[in-house]
Amino acid sequence: MNAFWTLVARDLRLAVREGSAVGTALGFYLIVVTLMPLGLGPDLRLLSRIAPGVLWIALLLAALLSLPRIFETDHEDGSLEVMATGSLPLEGAAAAKALAHWLSTGIPLALLAPLLGLLLNLELGAYPALVTSMLAGTPAISFLGAAGAALTLSARRGGLLLALLVLPLYVPTLIFGISAMSAATVPGQGFEASLLILCAISLASLVLGPVAAAAALRLQMQ
Amino acid sequence: MRLVVESLKVIRGSRPVICGVSATVAGGEALLLTGPNGAGKTTLIRTLAGFLEPASGAVRLEGGDGEREIAQQCHYVGHANGTKSNLTVAENLAFWARCLAAGSETSSIAGRVAAALAGLGLEPLAGIRAGYLSAGQRRRAGLARVLVADRPLWLLDEPTASLDAASAVLVAGLIKAHVAAGGIVVAATHVPLGIDGARYLRLGATAEGAASPSPNAPPSSIMPPARGGGGKAVR
Repeated sequence: MNAFWTLVARDLRLAVREGSAVGTALGFYLIVVTLMPLGLGPDLRLLSRIAPGVLWIALLLAALLSLPRIFETDHEDGSLEVMATGSLPLEGAAAAKALAHWLSTGIPLALLAPLLGLLLNLELGAYPALVTSMLAGTPAISFLGAAGAALTLSARRGGLLLALLVLPLYVPTLIFGISAMSAATVPGQGFEASLLILCAISLASLVLGPVAAAAALRLQMQ
Repeated sequence: MRLVVESLKVIRGSRPVICGVSATVAGGEALLLTGPNGAGKTTLIRTLAGFLEPASGAVRLEGGDGEREIAQQCHYVGHANGTKSNLTVAENLAFWARCLAAGSETSSIAGRVAAALAGLGLEPLAGIRAGYLSAGQRRRAGLARVLVADRPLWLLDEPTASLDAASAVLVAGLIKAHVAAGGIVVAATHVPLGIDGARYLRLGATAEGAASPSPNAPPSSIMPPARGGGGKAVR
């Protein structure tokens, strides 16, 4: 367990020092959401109706942009192979790196969302639901994304392939994230149910993602 | 403890790179892999570390920790150094000390890092980010990893690449000390490392590029050490 947290701490430290990865994801999120009102016109009712969908889809794309960073540099500088000889199994290493990605990218994106909601005239009652559903749903993005990132590791310019692989896996998170938000504004519509399903999806990917990622990493080392 | 390689065959991209290599390295011995480019030195080392699946044959570490795979009992230093550009040299080593710890170490993390820094003459560079180091300094930072955790088997792929003469002597000294303490070292090299008593395994490449043991010798015979300390074995 010690080795697990050591790896999480190292990746967080690197994320802070390299800054650019997190900054790019946050900046991308801001820009995509800002473009929406410019493209659709200043119809406030339309904007507030599409706000949950726009916020969630833009968050998925911003997170996608930062996924290759999970394993890329460790693959290039040989750290990954040394980690494979470490006391922590490769599954644990993949989980630690995905967790560090969630802490350094997923949480900042989820916390930026309410600010961007202002740009889209999001209904006031939806803000708590927005933050909780995103905090509950983003672990799935990091852990499933880690598996995709591991698979496309040695494919040069694998970013597009990564999007094709990973975005379909994000569909359940997207559906229940949005249903949680629409349920939150109408009382008695089952916000809790959607939130629990989001948590379930995240927990399942917490288990499956690292296993798949480790299998892919072993293949990449061949 | 001994490392046993039994009629190993490894195929890379439909081409057999290693064909019928057998060797036994006992504790307290160093085995140096020589041979031209493409002879399969790196492939053999990566197979020993468990990254590559052999097509046939087996690799065993007898007398080691039966609970662990060979990978968990070896230090692997490949072509890439495994140092993070945005961490200082000391931070890099502290991370590996925790990550690779075998659990039997007696000194603290800080103590092991200090010893590793001293072992490769890296003390003045301890607080500098690895990204600002020269190639040779980075290589030394990568090699220092073998000193931060107690592991019996060292797998070194061209350990002296981009090192200056003084550092190469330092590395040879580390290998000798590890061997003297009963450890096993398998190193691929193009240049004489200057390790007396080391055994040589020459991997040969045929015209097609597929490696096969020397035709005049029994498969994968291990050559006796050349006289004069560290020359290459003659076929």
